[in-house]
Amino acid sequence: MTFFREHELHIRRRRRNAWVAGALGCFALLVFGITVVKMSDGHLMEGFDHAVRPSLLE
Amino acid sequence: MSETVVAKDGSDVEMRDVVALLKPRVMSLVVFTAAVGIIAAPAPMHPILAMSSILFIAVGAGASGALNMWWDADIDALMNRTRNRPIPSGKVAREDAVLIGGFLSGLSVMMLGLASNYIAAGLLAFTIFFYVVIYTMFLKRLTPQNIVIGGAAGALPPVIGWAAVTGTIAWEGVLMFLLIFVWTPPHFWSLALFSNEDYAKAEVPMLTVTHGTVATRRNIFVYSLLLIPVSLLLAVSSIGGPIYLAVAIVMNAAFALRAWMIVTRGDRDCRADGWLAERRFFRLSLTYLFAMFAGLAADTALRSAFGEFPHWPAWTWP
Repeated sequence: MTFFREHELHIRRRRRNAWVAGALGCFALLVFGITVVKMSDGHLMEGFDHAVRPSLLE
Repeated sequence: MSETVVAKDGSDVEMRDVVALLKPRVMSLVVFTAAVGIIAAPAPMHPILAMSSILFIAVGAGASGALNMWWDADIDALMNRTRNRPIPSGKVAREDAVLIGGFLSGLSVMMLGLASNYIAAGLLAFTIFFYVVIYTMFLKRLTPQNIVIGGAAGALPPVIGWAAVTGTIAWEGVLMFLLIFVWTPPHFWSLALFSNEDYAKAEVPMLTVTHGTVATRRNIFVYSLLLIPVSLLLAVSSIGGPIYLAVAIVMNAAFALRAWMIVTRGDRDCRADGWLAERRFFRLSLTYLFAMFAGLAADTALRSAFGEFPHWPAWTWP
């Protein structure tokens, strides 16, 4: 008895599904990369938040 | 099983058909001109943000291509040049095309906003809107000026690239826009000359159909001459330089010469040689645009390696 039964549809669409998986993986990596760059460039995140902080006085 | 993943003939949608839906050849031009817009902009951009911006501009262009194919499926099926496109050939269903195009449009605009800024994202959204709604849905079937006005959509990518770096639309961006805008009519009209029967059959009011081939040839020549001052203005702007100027002189001379060869031909000559001069002009127009933007990129590389060119005019809008 097998726990996993592969449907004919999965076999037929294997190549396309691999492409979709690859594209999603690349997209996730890209979003991660953009996040890292934006976080490193942190001054853009320091908007005024109605409280005085040292960096505002520099 | 969802119906949206099954093509008209019942087979599954292949990835290559989805890629074909995004008009990869048009996309390559968009990628290149947007990349030059980014490279030439007078500010640094992190390579990951620059690559992401180019990617999302390309995805936006692909999305508008898919939406164009969705709307134009009826006329694409009538024309020899387009009848093998994914929708008329039954490889992708119209409903899938509009879903793919709509999804990718939203994704590209949103992601470009995150990767660069909202000015660039707004410009990309406007470009998609202009190409799909203004050009595809209205102008294309309404007026022989369709590709003249619609050319604005194809001319915007370098401006988007520039805006992605600087957050502004500068004079240099406007000049890059004008270069593609004025280049577009002769490029498409030369195609229309040797695809005239297609357009007539599909009742698309291209200039060749509404005003005939003689008027179209004359217009090609006029626009080819107009390209000369527009391209030379770029040469004396802050992003121009000696390489671009040399390329512009050579390419404009070749372009005007080929345009003159077209204007002096008659339809009988064309039928005899299979529209050879028109096909050559069409191919030259592609080389022209790639060479001009490559020239701009080369001058930017020179400038960053050796500093500003001494005594170069770098003229800006007063």
